Amino acid sequence: MSQAALRQPPATEATNDAIVEVRGVSKIYGDVEALRNIELSFARGKLTTLLGPSGCGKTTLLKIIAGLVPATSGEIRVNDRVVTGPGPERAFVFQDFALMPWATVMRNVGFGLELRGVREAERKRVAQHYIDQVGLSGFENKYPHELSGGMKQRVGIARAFAVDADVLLMDEPFSAVDEQNRRKFQEDLLKLVEIEKKTFLFVTHSIEEAVYVSDRIVLLSPRPGRVSQIIDPKIDRTATPDEIRRDPGYLDTVENIWDGLRHYAE
Amino acid sequence: MATFAQTGNRVRPAQAGWSLAQAFRARPGLWSLLSFALLCGVWEIAGLWPISYAFPTFSETLLAFWEMVFDGSMLQAYFITLQPLVLGVLVSALLGVALGIVMGLSEKAEWLLAPVFIVLQAAPMAALVPLVTFIYGIGLTAKTLAVIMLALPVIVLNSYKAVRHVSPSLVAMCRSFQGTRMQRIFKIVIPDASPVIFAGLRLGVAAGFIGVMLAELLITPTGVGDLITYHRSIANYAHMYAAVASIIALSMLTLVGLQRFETRFLRPEKRGA
Repeated sequence: MSQAALRQPPATEATNDAIVEVRGVSKIYGDVEALRNIELSFARGKLTTLLGPSGCGKTTLLKIIAGLVPATSGEIRVNDRVVTGPGPERAFVFQDFALMPWATVMRNVGFGLELRGVREAERKRVAQHYIDQVGLSGFENKYPHELSGGMKQRVGIARAFAVDADVLLMDEPFSAVDEQNRRKFQEDLLKLVEIEKKTFLFVTHSIEEAVYVSDRIVLLSPRPGRVSQIIDPKIDRTATPDEIRRDPGYLDTVENIWDGLRHYAE
Repeated sequence: MATFAQTGNRVRPAQAGWSLAQAFRARPGLWSLLSFALLCGVWEIAGLWPISYAFPTFSETLLAFWEMVFDGSMLQAYFITLQPLVLGVLVSALLGVALGIVMGLSEKAEWLLAPVFIVLQAAPMAALVPLVTFIYGIGLTAKTLAVIMLALPVIVLNSYKAVRHVSPSLVAMCRSFQGTRMQRIFKIVIPDASPVIFAGLRLGVAAGFIGVMLAELLITPTGVGDLITYHRSIANYAHMYAAVASIIALSMLTLVGLQRFETRFLRPEKRGA
């Protein structure tokens, strides 16, 4: 890789500011090897994307980090503690939103707090803050079936923010959102990343989305899933969204990733 | 017309024709009333047709109904019939939903109980009712048992399937926010399963009505069953039909009430939608 935008990380990377560490993680489902010996660390306060073709195990890896799926071998450390299941320092955003259809936006957003036994007034105050933050003010008493796909995912994101986790794990959050809303959503996400100062782990199969939102991209190759490349897109975040999307650095990075993935496409 | 479109259907327009169309739009329940009225009309006409002496018109049946209400025989009959019915349905609903949920949550409970209820559901219960009489006699126990035998299996099996088909993604969501097992069951599994559980309850309650009628017709004529048998034996067909129709109406009202309860307390998003 000769491009400045693409570089392999040094073999021994400083891990002192790594918030999530993946050590030798493998996952085998029956006779399918989903992940093989994954070694990764995710920097605190950054947005890292797991990118790869379908079947590369990126969602599986995210769910292992979330503690929703056990690894066959290896371990996950978050804040230097080994993960054995879901924990309060991690919050998950689901691809299919996972909203309770019988609950209002308000109750859905406050659900993480409800499970922790936070009393209603406090719960509503926090939920309201994040409902406003994701741009859903006025929809507090609506039910999920009254919302569009994009609005549903905003609820999912607000719910994850409301529990004040250090790490937000997002599993293809925009894949069920239509293209126009998706762009707007990506821009809004970048604003939230800036305001909230949290660590984001983001799974997507869209190269443009990965390059647009990420500080770092981890490329996974399929069958079995392995880390094939780590890319740090050098993109000037102070530029407007339109400038970024026309930036030669952005376009080159997209192109280079596509070159690396081309042979996996059918 | 234009103002109507702009102001929505809350404002009453001047013409009477409009207010009728509007009433139907504002209260879709009026369609059910219309459909009911249509049915009664068809019944009335069919009763006038000289097919059978044993088929009364709607108005004759209605008159017979009021007659039985005022002479007290209807109340007396329901007092008898409702005892095994309410008892049996309550036991079936509480026990059935609880058993079904346990079976859905635990594989051991599933292995232990599912075959029993699958067999019970497949069995022609009417054939077993005389057997119940043989063991428990002709009292309240036997009749309650007949209700339970018909109502319980369908409630258990529906609740069990409902729990098995709870959205895995919602369960994962609850787990990811560190919900406890109890929170998962009460805040996710039961509300998510409730539409299918309630579908089972509605079938179960309807089956319970069948059970009580079977018991009252097969075991020994009492209550509404006796009312039907008695008026048939003296060729009082309007009265017989009134008794039959009254039990159908009660069954229907119970089912509607059950649905109201569900949308009110468990699935508020379905209210008015």
